[in-house]
Amino acid sequence: MQISMTVNGNEVVSEIEPRVLLVHYIRDVLGLTGTHWGCDTTNCGTCVVLMDGQPVKSCTVLAAMAAGHDIRTVEGLATAGTLDPVQQGFMEEHGLQCGFCTPGMMLTARALLDKNPHPDDTEIRKAISGQICRCTGYVTIVRSIQWAAAHPAGAVADVAATDEVIEGTDTAIPDIADTEVKA
Amino acid sequence: MTVIHDRPGNPAAGDADRPIGFGRIQRKEDPRFVRGKGNYIDDMVLPGMLHGAILRAPVAHARLVSIDTTNALAHPKVLAVITGKDLVALNLAWAPTLSADVQAVLVTDKVRFQGQEVAFVVAEDRYAARDALELIDVEYDLLPPVIDARKALDPDAPLIRDDLEGRTDNRIFDWEMGDEAETEAIFAAADVVVAQEIVYPRVHPAPMETCGAVADFDAVSGKLTLYETTQAPHAHRTLFAIVAGIPEHKIRIVSPDIGGGFGNKVGIYPGYILAVVGSIVTGKPVKWVEDRSENLMSTSFARDYIMQGEIAATRDGRILALRTSVLADHGAFNATAQPTKNPAGFFSIFTGSYDLKAAYCKVRGVYTNKAPGGVAYACSFRVTEAVYLVERMVDILARKLDMDPAELRLKNFIKPEQFPYANKTGWVYDSGNYEKAMRLSMEMAGYEALRREQAEKRERGELMGIGVAFFTEVVGAGPRKHFDIVGLGMADGAELRVHPTGKAVVRLSVQSQGQGHETTFAQIVAEELGIPPENIDVVHGDTDQTPFGLGTYGSRSTPVSGGAVALVARKVREKAKLIAAAMLETRPEDLEWEKGRWFVKGDPGAGKTIEEIAMAAHGTMTLPEGIDGNLDAEVTYDPPNLTFPFGAYICVVDIDPGTGHVKVRRFIAVDDCGTRINPMIIEGQVHGGLTDGVGMALMEIIEFDEAGNCLGGSFMDYLIPTAMEVPDWETGFTVTPSPHHPIGAKGIGESATVGSPPAIVNAVVDALAPYGVIHMDMPCTPARVWEAMQGRPRPPI
Repeated sequence: MQISMTVNGNEVVSEIEPRVLLVHYIRDVLGLTGTHWGCDTTNCGTCVVLMDGQPVKSCTVLAAMAAGHDIRTVEGLATAGTLDPVQQGFMEEHGLQCGFCTPGMMLTARALLDKNPHPDDTEIRKAISGQICRCTGYVTIVRSIQWAAAHPAGAVADVAATDEVIEGTDTAIPDIADTEVKA
Repeated sequence: MTVIHDRPGNPAAGDADRPIGFGRIQRKEDPRFVRGKGNYIDDMVLPGMLHGAILRAPVAHARLVSIDTTNALAHPKVLAVITGKDLVALNLAWAPTLSADVQAVLVTDKVRFQGQEVAFVVAEDRYAARDALELIDVEYDLLPPVIDARKALDPDAPLIRDDLEGRTDNRIFDWEMGDEAETEAIFAAADVVVAQEIVYPRVHPAPMETCGAVADFDAVSGKLTLYETTQAPHAHRTLFAIVAGIPEHKIRIVSPDIGGGFGNKVGIYPGYILAVVGSIVTGKPVKWVEDRSENLMSTSFARDYIMQGEIAATRDGRILALRTSVLADHGAFNATAQPTKNPAGFFSIFTGSYDLKAAYCKVRGVYTNKAPGGVAYACSFRVTEAVYLVERMVDILARKLDMDPAELRLKNFIKPEQFPYANKTGWVYDSGNYEKAMRLSMEMAGYEALRREQAEKRERGELMGIGVAFFTEVVGAGPRKHFDIVGLGMADGAELRVHPTGKAVVRLSVQSQGQGHETTFAQIVAEELGIPPENIDVVHGDTDQTPFGLGTYGSRSTPVSGGAVALVARKVREKAKLIAAAMLETRPEDLEWEKGRWFVKGDPGAGKTIEEIAMAAHGTMTLPEGIDGNLDAEVTYDPPNLTFPFGAYICVVDIDPGTGHVKVRRFIAVDDCGTRINPMIIEGQVHGGLTDGVGMALMEIIEFDEAGNCLGGSFMDYLIPTAMEVPDWETGFTVTPSPHHPIGAKGIGESATVGSPPAIVNAVVDALAPYGVIHMDMPCTPARVWEAMQGRPRPPI
């Protein structure tokens, strides 16, 4: 069947099997591999894209169901070469490690901030609660989204510290100059 | 003690005050990931690439009667259907595991676990490949399965591994460490002895990206290029040479960006081998990427230890000895990835952080009709199980003695002046200051106030628990003379080239799965040579481009490869010194180093920067005798000992007495990983591990029913923490450098995964003290907590 939709602002028209999932359409047909896939059961959310501005799990949407709609993927987050504040925030606050869940997390964050520019931490946690990150423990993702909320224009200046790390150290780094070099 | 109450800034790249060397800088890999430009295995597309899918057994134990592939082969988009019989002809039906066993690549004789590989379809697209699986007819003759490890050695237990010659039972190994007689003598004379069965159930690393491969065999050159999700590309290359009979110089393993590993991507899975066979058979590249159920049901699980713990002490709380007997369920094939001489990994570190008089452990490994594996999920070769055992036993002892669990630990810690400390099972702990870390965590937690709050709440019938745990990790194997994987010594290489303009490239044998190697290792070179990290490219994950080494698992990247990188940079620095001396027309011994340049002692103005030296090295000047015209070096680092990171964790939970639901209210983690290269990355590693701990302690378990059906085969059943289940982590640190490591660093990647489960379970059990609960096994799900509250705690397996 033939479908057409808008992806990251571009009209696309394709001939596909009716059963093709949106995630596979985006990845395999359009070649936009920033959208990932991580489970069989709509639990993990690595496949989240925005459909008409709303986060959807693209593994649970048929490409045919997205026909006529406006789809935004991670590749469409930056505009005119400038990173979205959410993308900057994830780099500033270490909101990613392996990077696999990151595109979905960032798109959910973008949708949240569009609706609610100043969410509290609980609202952020709820917004991303349908998505799994196995690396970060989520707190740095919350910080990343707060960074984006605090920098709607993507300013580069550093944010004030929002939490604390207590350091207790009185042991010096050993003298390393004499360590033997082994070939 | 210095207490700093603010978080250091994170200057964006380009800022003048950004550290050149160690410190908090943004990650070099992030720009591609936030743009969706990572390159994971399923993103790879090669010209003419085909897609593979695996037919898996629906039952746990059954004789294979017949396979009919006629209809599948008739599918218009199917190019090949490969069965065990085909592999027998290629001598590929069985492959060696990483633990001196063999594993079936495809079933030839009988199915030994649910989800085992039965046939492989190669088709034009992934949908067609899946369709064709439905067209294969397989007839099975069911056999009774062995599911409960406790029954694996019963006289009437079915024999699982009848493929192994001379095998008459399901025993894999018996292994012991420590002095049994000495330990028994101390137990016999001790004032207090406490015993408890402690079960660490089967869990799964479940990285967000599943395992996969793209195999590309060039029949003309005979070269195999295998892109695969591997944490250990070089070890895989050697093993593929052995398995497939392809000469090793004709194999190139490429590990692209990996979407999380946690130990899941160490082993060689049948799917990788089948992709290679598919490419050889069809003459085209073949991609195979497993789905989530395949990942959870067939790839390397973790834990599955049933431990009988015993602890002996004096009446006033001096811990004397520990003893344990372990039943280890390894599944249908012994495919754990661990050093050859350590069938139970580094479990013998179960002596923990305490100064003991004696210790003894024995571990029996058995086969069951479950998926193979066992060493995975950030376990540091079974240190997770060891730390969980000792930290539960110490808490149980504290209850018996009516002592505060923190005080009992403080009383028994190995003292700073005792390091290096030889424990009772053969380890030499490199450095530590346990009391300092414990007291810092108590200070951060407000421990005394928490205990007062708890007492008040108990009066009101509210269930609040405070869990304390202290761990000592052992990470960074070798030395190579003691530790090997299938005969390959556990050392790692590094190559460094400084180009004429002073920009550098460093090549590693280890492979990141999200740990930030491209940043951390650039920072080590930057610290040693004064070249800014953004001018240093880190190359890894491609065996044709990197030196040999054993890879990333067991938190060994920084302890081993970090040492290699520091030493290779120093080698370059020493070479630069000789060249600088020639440039300055002085003697090398008259030069002094400051970060980035050599200068004449007493004349700081007369010096040469590393950039100037690099240009001179490649230029036309006459170089000193014996110096090649470059600024390159290579090193293979064989660590003299492992490193022993440690930490003090305190967890506060609230339990709903009506439902048994556990809420982690606070978690305080003080970690010591020696010298800190990038505090931001370290904090991230700790956060991730703590979340693993919440998962294992409260939610995650791979269960089986009596027929051997896996009950944790999807994310509907295998629950992983989301943002709603984790608190705002409170992290702190102390710095006790490793005395033998070139930069004093220890590993950090698995510390929190090791240390957090006992802290959480200790908190749960502490909360349930009014109900007389002394122990409950993980996961502390509402139903299981409820059962414990009713006086009916049950083991999960």
